[in-house]
This record gives sequence, structure tokens and C-alpha cells, in this order.
Amino acid sequence: MFQDVCAFVGAIVLDFCRAAGRMMLLFLDTLSKLREVNIKEMLRQMALLGADSLPIVLLTMLCTGMVFSVQTAKEFVELGASGTVGGIVAIAMGRELVPVLTGVVVAGRIGAAIAAELGTMKVTEQIDALRVMATSPVQYLVAPRFLAVALMMPVLIVFGNFIGNAGGFFVAHYYADIGSMTYLNSIKQFCEPFDLFGGMIKGVVFGAIISITGCFKGLNAKQGAEGVGLATTASVVLSIILIFIFDYFLTVLLYVDK
Amino acid sequence: MAESVISLQGLELAFGEKKVLQGVDLEVKKGETMAVIGPSGTGKSTILKVLIGLLAPTGGKVFIEGQDVSGLTEEEWNEIRKHIGMVFQYSALFDFLDVGENVAFGLRQHFRLPEEEVRQKVDGLLQDVGMEDAKHLYPVELSGGMKKRVSLARALAIEPRIVLYDEPTAGLDPIRMMNISRLIRETQRKHKVTSILVTHDMDSVYVAADRVALINNGKIVAVGTPEEFKHSENPLIRGFITGEEIAGATEAFR
Repeated sequence: MFQDVCAFVGAIVLDFCRAAGRMMLLFLDTLSKLREVNIKEMLRQMALLGADSLPIVLLTMLCTGMVFSVQTAKEFVELGASGTVGGIVAIAMGRELVPVLTGVVVAGRIGAAIAAELGTMKVTEQIDALRVMATSPVQYLVAPRFLAVALMMPVLIVFGNFIGNAGGFFVAHYYADIGSMTYLNSIKQFCEPFDLFGGMIKGVVFGAIISITGCFKGLNAKQGAEGVGLATTASVVLSIILIFIFDYFLTVLLYVDK
Repeated sequence: MAESVISLQGLELAFGEKKVLQGVDLEVKKGETMAVIGPSGTGKSTILKVLIGLLAPTGGKVFIEGQDVSGLTEEEWNEIRKHIGMVFQYSALFDFLDVGENVAFGLRQHFRLPEEEVRQKVDGLLQDVGMEDAKHLYPVELSGGMKKRVSLARALAIEPRIVLYDEPTAGLDPIRMMNISRLIRETQRKHKVTSILVTHDMDSVYVAADRVALINNGKIVAVGTPEEFKHSENPLIRGFITGEEIAGATEAFR
């Protein structure tokens, strides 16, 4: 019985290590193919994967900024700290909420789309057809998606910060009666440009995680529609888990002791 | 006697415990079409996947145009693949490209040709396979037979010296089946290609093939011309061709 449990756990650990190793190899292979990337295809993917995600990112960040402001503004006014609300909302949005939530939204929308597209290509032998036609699937499919998502994430984050802070300001002004100059001065006083840039750096890393995870799961989809469905779900779940894990280390690296 | 373009010597392939190919020996001569027939699941398509480098054999040797291809890297395989065209069982057309772009794919990837030349070549190939009116359609808008014809045009676009056909007539009605079989024969005559045709369909073999190899349980059990196969007394061959219960054959094919 004990042996069976050990064998079961061991098999899971080995599977995990094998998958992690293969994903790392895909990442390194992708990096080595970036010089040969098809710019036209990358721009197409940027429009498809990045620009089309803007509305849902804006909506999510607007709501997040408003909710964060609702939760903090009145409490801080009662404590006589109305002059800090703008800064707190902006720092929280810039450093943490916008990059992570944009990552989660993009993982759900783009990571899933990449895994489903490549998974379908895998089960219909289109990936084999690419290889047969002497074309590397990593160079033709993965590299443009990797660059597109990694480059579009910081752009989405800039827009997300703008709309999130606008939402926060709107709620603080009309719900908690914080003056507009007080709110804006608070942002100026507490925020540094690096609060935004650090978030953008996180966005690049999260974009890389989302695209590589989506491509990896898609390229390794098992046969049939069920395989594509499982690859899509697994891609979203794994991307989100990795985003949270990497977020901790990136936060320590970027903001602690700065 | 013509030289061997493809030579398989004791080819073995296993997935874990399951041995799919158990010592396949086969020679395909320059310019001939060799049909590989046999029951489902006996390793016919696997041979093609080994020949194009999608699967690595676990034993034996594979020679393509005299070159031993065992243990080649993906980059080395890509050089060989530039001279091989493949028609997949389910066509495997790129669904994000239209018919014209599918046919032009190999040309645009590997040859720096002027766009006008690519266009003329694509138009010519689509005309050859009777698909000139479908140039701007997407694969999802095509029937199974149309997809196979586009797939053949795509395989021929790079002017390959070898063409591999994986069940090109599977799932087609008898008229389209004969149409594709004749197209394979015309392709061989017009482009002087060496081909391997994997199929279960004997009518297709009689029209398109110069020689036939029967595979069973991962081994080639008989090789001959279509005529020899038609009149063979070998119970395995007769059993496969006629589908009748023949002593020795039915058990062997299980």
C-alpha cells in the first residue's frame, strides 16, 4: 500500500518534471528563433491577440479601480487621510492589480485561444504538415505569438492603468467627496514612474508565460476534440498559477528595498 | 536496373511495449509508384512517418536517395524534406490560409521566387488538379475530394523528387476515388516522381501503382506487380484483396 502511494506520487513528480523540462526547452527554442520571426505574422498576431483584448482589459480595470476606490476612499476620509487615496489606488493598480489581473484576463482569453488553435492544428495533422514542409512549428507558430503577447501586455497594462485610475478617481470624487486636486496631488506625491514601469516589466514576463504555456499545451494536445478541450483548460489553469508564482518573485525583485 | 531511391532495411519501430514495425524490408526504385497495402493498424502510415522524419525508428536502417537518415537532426531532416511531398490522409491543409496560399506555402517558405512566378505556378498546379476555381476558398469550404486534390497540388508545388501518399482515397466515393488515383498516375508520369502510396483500396492500386507490397503485423509479407497480386494464389494476398475467409489468411490478419 505504502509502495503504491510512493509510486503514484513519484510518477506525478516525474511527469511534472518532464513537462517543466520540455516547456523550458520550448521556451529556449523560441528564444533562439526570435531573429527569424516573420514580422508580418507577428503584427497580425499582435492585432489579433493584443488589440482585440483591449475592451475586456479596459472593462476589468475600470471595475477594479472603482471597487478599490469604493473600498478605501470613505474609510480613509474618516481617518483624515483623504490625501493618500489617489496614491494608494495608483500604486496598487500600477504595481499589482493591473499587471496580475491583465495577466489573468489575457490568460483566459489569449492563452486559451492559442492552445485551442495549436491543439486543433496538432490533431488535424497541420503541425506534422508544417514539419513535412521543412518549416519549424516553433519558428512559424510559437515565436510570433510569443513576441506578440509579450509586447502587447505592457501596452494593455498602460491602458489598464489609465482607465483603472480614472475609475478610482471618479468614485473617490463623486462617492467620497475627495477633491480632484487632492486626488491628483496624492498620485504625484506617492507614485514614481517605476510603479508603472515595474508593472509593465511584469506584463512582459506574464505575456511570455501565457504564450509559451498556450503553445506548449496546444502542441502537446492529445488526439480528438476532448484533447483540445483539455489542453485549453490546462493552459489557462497553468498560466494563472505561474503568473501568481512569478508575481511574488518579480515583486520582491522589482520593489522590495527599492 | 533502376537505382533504389528509398530503401528500408530491417526497419523497426515500437511505442513502448507495442512493436508496430518488426523488420520491414522494402526497396522503391526511381520513378516507380510502390503501393503499400494491408489491414488497418499494421504500420502502413507509420512507414511514411518514418520516411519523412516525423517518427524515429527504434531499429534498422532507412536510406533516402542513398543517404542513411538514421539519427539526423531536425535541421538535417529539413534539407531532405525540401525534396519530398506528402499527401496526408485528412489532407492537413492549413485552415488559416486559402487554397492558393496553401499551395504556395512551400514556395514562399523555401524559394525566393518573384510573386508573379509563384502565382503562375500555383495557377498551373490548381489547373492540373482541376481546382482552379477554388483558389480563394478556405479549406473549411471544400469537400473531402477537393481537399485531397489541393493537398496533392501543395505537395507538388516544391517539385519534389519523392511523393508520399497516406490513404489518399480514404472516405471518397468511387468516382472521386478513381479521379484521385488517375491523378496520382498522371503526377508520376508528368513529374517523374518516385512515390509510395499507402492504401487499402485495390482499385486505386490497379490504376496508380507499378508494384505492391503487402504488410501484415509490421512486416512486408509479399511484393509484386498489381497483375501478379490480382492472380496470386498466396492466401494472404487473396484474403486481403477479396476479403473472403481463406484458410490461413483470416487468422493472419487478426
